Amino acid sequence: MLRKAIALAALGIALVAGPAAANTGEGYELRHPKWTFTGPFGKFDPAQLQRGYKVYREVCAACHAMDLMYFRNLGQSSGPFYDAEYKNPNDNPYVKSLAKDIQVPDIDSETGDVIQRPATPADRFPKPFPNEAAARASNGGAAPPDLSVIAKAREGGPDYIYSILTGYLAPPAGLTMTPTQHYNAYMAGDLAPYWKGQGHAPKGGFIAMPAPLADGKVTFDDGKPSTVAQQAEDVTAFLAWAAEPKQTERKQFGLGAMIYLLIFTVILYFSYRRVWRNVAH
Amino acid sequence: MSGPSTYEPKTGIERWLDTRLPIVRFMYDTALDFPTPKNLNYWWTFGGILALMLGLQIATGVVLAMHYVPHVDYAFASVERIMRDVNYGWLIRYMHANGASMFFLAVYLHMIRNLYYGSYKAPREVLWILGCLIYLAMMATGFIGYVLPWGQMSFHGAVVITNLFGALPIIGPPITTWLWGGFAVDNATLNRFFSLHYLLPFVIAGLVILHIWALHVPGNNNPTGVNVKSKADTVPFHPYYTVKDGFAIGVFLLLFGAFVFYNPNVLGHADNYIPANPLVTPAHIVPEWYFLPFYAILRAVPDKLGGVLLMFGAIATLFVLPWLDTSKVRSMRYRPTAKWYFWIFVLAALVLGYCGGQLPDNPVIGAPTGLMLLDADVNSMVWLSRVATLYFFAYFWIILPVLGLTETPLPVPEGISEPVLSHPATTPTGAAASPEKRG
Repeated sequence: MLRKAIALAALGIALVAGPAAANTGEGYELRHPKWTFTGPFGKFDPAQLQRGYKVYREVCAACHAMDLMYFRNLGQSSGPFYDAEYKNPNDNPYVKSLAKDIQVPDIDSETGDVIQRPATPADRFPKPFPNEAAARASNGGAAPPDLSVIAKAREGGPDYIYSILTGYLAPPAGLTMTPTQHYNAYMAGDLAPYWKGQGHAPKGGFIAMPAPLADGKVTFDDGKPSTVAQQAEDVTAFLAWAAEPKQTERKQFGLGAMIYLLIFTVILYFSYRRVWRNVAH
Repeated sequence: MSGPSTYEPKTGIERWLDTRLPIVRFMYDTALDFPTPKNLNYWWTFGGILALMLGLQIATGVVLAMHYVPHVDYAFASVERIMRDVNYGWLIRYMHANGASMFFLAVYLHMIRNLYYGSYKAPREVLWILGCLIYLAMMATGFIGYVLPWGQMSFHGAVVITNLFGALPIIGPPITTWLWGGFAVDNATLNRFFSLHYLLPFVIAGLVILHIWALHVPGNNNPTGVNVKSKADTVPFHPYYTVKDGFAIGVFLLLFGAFVFYNPNVLGHADNYIPANPLVTPAHIVPEWYFLPFYAILRAVPDKLGGVLLMFGAIATLFVLPWLDTSKVRSMRYRPTAKWYFWIFVLAALVLGYCGGQLPDNPVIGAPTGLMLLDADVNSMVWLSRVATLYFFAYFWIILPVLGLTETPLPVPEGISEPVLSHPATTPTGAAASPEKRG
């Protein structure tokens, strides 16, 4: 019995350790703010998502697209601007007004001309650049990645994004900088070729994006002090929500399903004991 | 299926149908009355679990196919759309993605059970080979399925694996061309992979039917490995094993649920949420966890063709296993020496899986680094996987054939009723004629 348990445990470890161990990044240990949305009972904080959306809209959206996001998503259940009065997020007046402030490209159905018109909740978030070449050309050769699922697309998830956003430390003395690169303590990379200082090259790497956040850069409507750390935390929460907008629904459904399965399994166990009680085996 | 049928049609409709298409009789004999050894332990519950997983994968897969778009420009977004806009799409997609992992977990435990209790030995060789075919078809289906979301790991994994076939002489390049449907992994590849991913599960289902048929002719093996002697050694499959399998399925579903609801992406790779880009290669291409042991074997050989042959050889070895093991004793319970070699084999397979997820040059232990032996850094994952690969093959091709001839097995019980009384009945023997009818 013990041997079986050991074998099973070893298999379990291999199962979890295998993919996890596949990531070998040379960087500092990621920063880990206290998120409200992690853990089996985690939920997004709507106020934080609203602040995070504002940071995205006013800072990130200048360069980063979120092509999988529609304005209506902002008003859906567990989204930043969900209002129980408007089950259909397309009717949510707040979402409507947020969308109206943004211009999206369209075709004039009368003339066929390319026009700009105010967005509706049914529209996608518009892209900041018409194509990848334009995005590259405007950003020193590095195209800013789409942020729709970025929180799922990086090892470390939200912790990684938060660490990058707050990881623009002063470059260590002895590091040869290039004009289009910026030092970030949490970026993967090998700095040895650029290192003229003493001992080993510092951890971290070069990132094409200049430090995007600054104290006071965004004014929060709820009066939260607008520090870099606060902006980073809020926009990370927003990106985590955008990557997995059904996360809250998933966990709530999961709780019911797990309780059901547990009761079902216990009943089956006692049925098993009862059915087998008169059989030597 | 084995032995005379005990089915008696009770209603008029059943009698009418029984003389035309005895399908109810078939179901009764197969799933209800089938005599099953009464000493099966929990290692025998994975058959039922696997049948359930196949059903779940097909059911969720059919729904996913209604929403998925097999085109290089739309595949990634269509998978995300399933998770965002399709009702319960997140549940269906995460069940399907994690279901594949659970399916492989169960199949590996099922195979370990076979290896330990010698279930592949006569008269169950065909049953075992059918199982190997199912496993092979599962690997093809699993690999192809991982390509469909068209993320970075999908694309570059497909490039690596399809290129492996190219290493084979003469037949290699045509196979690669056929897999690609063009000059590289592209839209044609994605389309045919989608088609095959829909086809193969039904091939698996067909093989499963043959597998169950081949099981029901000789009947189940059991933990003692001793043949069933009489009806007293068995119980009807229902209710005894339906309820026991049901309980095991419940436990398994709880594990499944823990992944689906709380860690749906932990078994995948973050890079697969980056849309495929042929111009950017991920820093470290790794397959899904269930392929890691084979990936380690592939990389253990410095020569590409050699690695490919060894990797396919590892799977081919399984097919001939019934004729490699020379021991007449089935169960490792009565093979004191073989038992230890068996557990080392399990360890070697786990080590291979671990090595497959690491960079080949990573050190196994932190210090000393650069442990040089004949110009080779022995303290590296690639050398560890070489040692494990060597054991993997030695176990099948040397240890099992030799040990069967040299080992002195422990005394094997006469019948399964003797040693099985670890859980004695709570009422006197004879009172248990049909306990399931006694509420």
